[in-house]
Amino acid sequence: MTMFYISAAVALVASVLAISRSNAVHALLYTIVSLLSVALIFFILGAPFAAALEVVIYAGAIMVLFVFVVMMISSGQGAARQERQWMNFRLWAGPSVLSGVLLLELLYSMALTPVQGMAKSVVDSKQVGVALLGPYALGVELASLLLTAGLVGAYHLGKREAKEGADE
Amino acid sequence: MTSMYDHGLVLAAALFAIGLAGVLGRRNIIFILLSIEIMLNAAGLAFVSAGSRWGQPDGQIMFIFILVMAAAEVSIGLALVLLLFHRTKTVDSDAANSMKG
Repeated sequence: MTMFYISAAVALVASVLAISRSNAVHALLYTIVSLLSVALIFFILGAPFAAALEVVIYAGAIMVLFVFVVMMISSGQGAARQERQWMNFRLWAGPSVLSGVLLLELLYSMALTPVQGMAKSVVDSKQVGVALLGPYALGVELASLLLTAGLVGAYHLGKREAKEGADE
Repeated sequence: MTSMYDHGLVLAAALFAIGLAGVLGRRNIIFILLSIEIMLNAAGLAFVSAGSRWGQPDGQIMFIFILVMAAAEVSIGLALVLLLFHRTKTVDSDAANSMKG
């Protein structure tokens, strides 16, 4: 119960800091901490599969996309100086402290109870999978269609940009 | 014990409000996309906490669909940001207020 509120506080603080930073990389770090704390909340609420997806896809894949774009935009002269600036400890101390709180919570929960979170009932990945490919099979097909559309759209936008760059 | 789920919904509302403030307050497009991510995440949190309240997998399934939508949206959105950046050399959203067809 207390762990839920600690995670919620970390999520709120990290989100407020994320939208109020002026540097994009700092904001990304705080957003990742916010997503990790929401993942821990999922775990506490008894949804371990959603927690794993949150870490792997949200905090992993989607945020890596953001990092790539920020790197592409801020490359050029001054990038090396900025890189040195980012190595400064003071800049990543905040995200480190917040994610350290989350890590302590996770270790504490793993030491306390073997697998289970603190919820009354845990909805594990088997139940989710059975429901996903049973009554929600049409939704899965639509999701795959949406992802294909996203792939084609991103490719199209990138390709048109490259062609116009060649024209210039 | 039950109130934890209620407070999950409250937290989801607070995170959504923070994301909305970010969307309305920032002018940098990357920050706007980031705030949209926070809002989508808050919506997913609401679904998961409501689903856990009843011990049903439906909330997590809606979360998976939100995840898919967020992934597609981010890939298209960031491609558009790169396009805008290569045209206008800035990521200020006010730079995109004039279009020529």
